[in-house]
Amino acid sequence: MDIVVENLSKSFGSQKAIDSLSFQVKRGEILGFLGPNGAGKTTTMKIISCFLFPDAGNVQVGQYSVRKHAARIRQHIGYLPEHNPLYDEMNVIDFLHFIARIHNIPRYKITARILDMLRLCGLEKEKYKNIRELSKGYKQRVGLAQALIHDPEVVLLDEPTTGLDPNQIVEIREMIRMIGREKTIIFSSHLLTQVEATCNRVLIIHKGKIAADGTSAELRRTYTEKLLRLVVEGGNTKAVFDLLAGIPDVDDVEITEENSFRIQAGRNAPVEKDIFQLCEANGWYIKELVPIEERLEDIFRQVTQSS
Amino acid sequence: MRTIGILIRKELENAFNSWAIYTGYLLFFCVCGFACWLSPDNVFVLGQADMTPFFTVINWIAFFIIHALAMKSVADEKKNGTLELLLTKPVTTSQLLAGKFCSQLIIVGIALLLTLPYYFTLMGLGAMDHGAVLLGYFGLILTSACYISIGLFASSAAKTSISAFFISLGTGLCFQVLFGLLASQIHFGPVADLFGFLSLSEHFESLNRGVLDTRDVLYFLSVIVLFLALARLYVNKYRY
Repeated sequence: MDIVVENLSKSFGSQKAIDSLSFQVKRGEILGFLGPNGAGKTTTMKIISCFLFPDAGNVQVGQYSVRKHAARIRQHIGYLPEHNPLYDEMNVIDFLHFIARIHNIPRYKITARILDMLRLCGLEKEKYKNIRELSKGYKQRVGLAQALIHDPEVVLLDEPTTGLDPNQIVEIREMIRMIGREKTIIFSSHLLTQVEATCNRVLIIHKGKIAADGTSAELRRTYTEKLLRLVVEGGNTKAVFDLLAGIPDVDDVEITEENSFRIQAGRNAPVEKDIFQLCEANGWYIKELVPIEERLEDIFRQVTQSS
Repeated sequence: MRTIGILIRKELENAFNSWAIYTGYLLFFCVCGFACWLSPDNVFVLGQADMTPFFTVINWIAFFIIHALAMKSVADEKKNGTLELLLTKPVTTSQLLAGKFCSQLIIVGIALLLTLPYYFTLMGLGAMDHGAVLLGYFGLILTSACYISIGLFASSAAKTSISAFFISLGTGLCFQVLFGLLASQIHFGPVADLFGFLSLSEHFESLNRGVLDTRDVLYFLSVIVLFLALARLYVNKYRY
């Protein structure tokens, strides 16, 4: 099922949580949803999951609209809310059984589904425990199990890896990638490296609007300047620095160590040629001239601070 | 209906898995037993095989206990975020409230069922008006249902369960005592009639006396529907 979000707006009092937000997610796509705190990620997810009603705009999940077919959409969506609310007084099996029945799973399939979920989420040893007694990581797994028990076509995970240890994070990431082959997944997280490793596409929202959208490679191409590491020999560091800073296309130069520089320039500027000519004219020789890969964190900071 | 059934089962399982419900039952029977058999106005003093005073006592105990029972029903779901969990599953607000209402009515029904030995004992002590007893129980179920719907409304409107308890108790007291008092203070006129009609205890007493009047039943049903509708409004308000 595809998700189409069209001009979605939602305010809480006078504060606009999301402002005319539009995007699409296709089946088989894992969308990483990024944004600083209060950007509108959770509100968007709550609207897609039919918990909140939008002020304006619409969300289409498959052929169903959140405005008209909320009951249908809820059948097809698996949602893990941000703080992972669970019934603490129930034990794991009873809780999953309750959720399975609420989802109208035929009785004869319920046991098999619960066993599948216990296996998939690594809860076999904890199945008889009360949810209250579980550690945060295991509670998170129960949250994932309840979101996936009815084999939904659309999965919304709001910060599913908070509070997990690095091993658990990797396990859950692998799980998301595995289930993401056939489903539509929207996955929000503060851990940018994780989004980069898990998602096919990244959507950065800021103040309720889209700040960046694309694969992480595309974002790098669009949103970052060219970064180069240059090591020259045969010249005085200060003199080299002054001349490098004088090249018109160079936006910024930084001395990283003796004879070593970090140069920032426009993505399409022919700055390498200028550097080469400068070195040749002054009799310096280039020991290293390599592009530095920009990290998603830098792009995130760039797009959420600039606007 | 199926969803409501699943919700009722879950609510009852959770309720009977905790000590609170058994403490509530114990308190209920201690006070009932004391009022019926040991207090200065006990059945032996009255000298009649009559359950009317006993029903009035049960009504008052139920009044306090039900508000405590209902106070956390929706407020806690909101606080823990499980309201979000349930309402993003194929469950509507009406089904959620119906599940909570019915499960609490069943809990109260069980308490009332356990007072049947009083009836059998009194039956052995003298001639009883069975019709009046039946109507007395019917009246208790209806008033309890009213308290539950008021409790659910307060729980939906409040942020915490303790504030829900006070809102529910205050609203309940208006219907139970205040409207009746106002009616008797004003004495005559349409305003007095209006408050007299709004008083829950007046309608309960009428049933308790053994008079089945459709106006009383309609009154109880209207109060139940009104407060459940308000509860639904408040839960949904949280989502707009």
